[in-house]
Amino acid sequence: MKFAILVNEGPYTHQASDTAFQFAKAVLAKGHEIFRVFFYHDGVNNATRLTTPPQDDRNIVNRWSKLAEEHNLDMVVCVAAAQRRGIVDEGEMKRNGKDATNLAPGFRISGLGQLIEAGIQADRLVVFGD
Amino acid sequence: MTTKKFMFVNRKAPYGTIYAWEALEVVLIAAAFEQDVSLAFLDDGVFQLKKGHQTKGIEVKAFEKTWGALEDYDITKLYVDGDSLKQRGLSADDLAIPVEVLSRAEIGKLMEEQDVLLSF
Repeated sequence: MKFAILVNEGPYTHQASDTAFQFAKAVLAKGHEIFRVFFYHDGVNNATRLTTPPQDDRNIVNRWSKLAEEHNLDMVVCVAAAQRRGIVDEGEMKRNGKDATNLAPGFRISGLGQLIEAGIQADRLVVFGD
Repeated sequence: MTTKKFMFVNRKAPYGTIYAWEALEVVLIAAAFEQDVSLAFLDDGVFQLKKGHQTKGIEVKAFEKTWGALEDYDITKLYVDGDSLKQRGLSADDLAIPVEVLSRAEIGKLMEEQDVLLSF
């Protein structure tokens, strides 16, 4: 089956992002396909490479990046939500006159149309949020 | 393009968190993609539709004007849970736009018919 995943909460504050990650891993382990993981609301905070949790805790951001690399996942961060919350890639930095970027590897910033497309293309769109 | 039935389930109060506002942004994009869009308002989500929001004091944008724009996007299927209204001392007359007030069972049935359910 072809899944799409929507992550609506940030890392650490809510378990939603952990659960989404475990779900994604389980989906792939069962041989299903993930069309796209889309990050919205505070979920965009899953994509900052500046996250530095204590050493004995899970690194939620790196975990997503690694999963994306291993399975060639398409992980998309909503541009409007990212702009509000200061998640920046090279293009956004230039466009908005910022002096830094913080988008973690494996993520890309794009529009909400990518979420709607995921809803259209996937057999199931699974939402993880509050 | 394939057309699917997208229902947006709004369950949170209009202010206090950004969920309702960012949900609306998704709704408009879904309509721009010419999907079969409907909105359901449950629980505190019914407050999103209430007339006369005064948001100047909290310095955030008010919803009321935006609801009027839904029609421009051909979004006309707006369902409100009657119990949620009643529990909050509201009726359809208190709402900024015309909606269909349904029972929970009726909304549940509509949900069953959807391809994609997005809950905010």
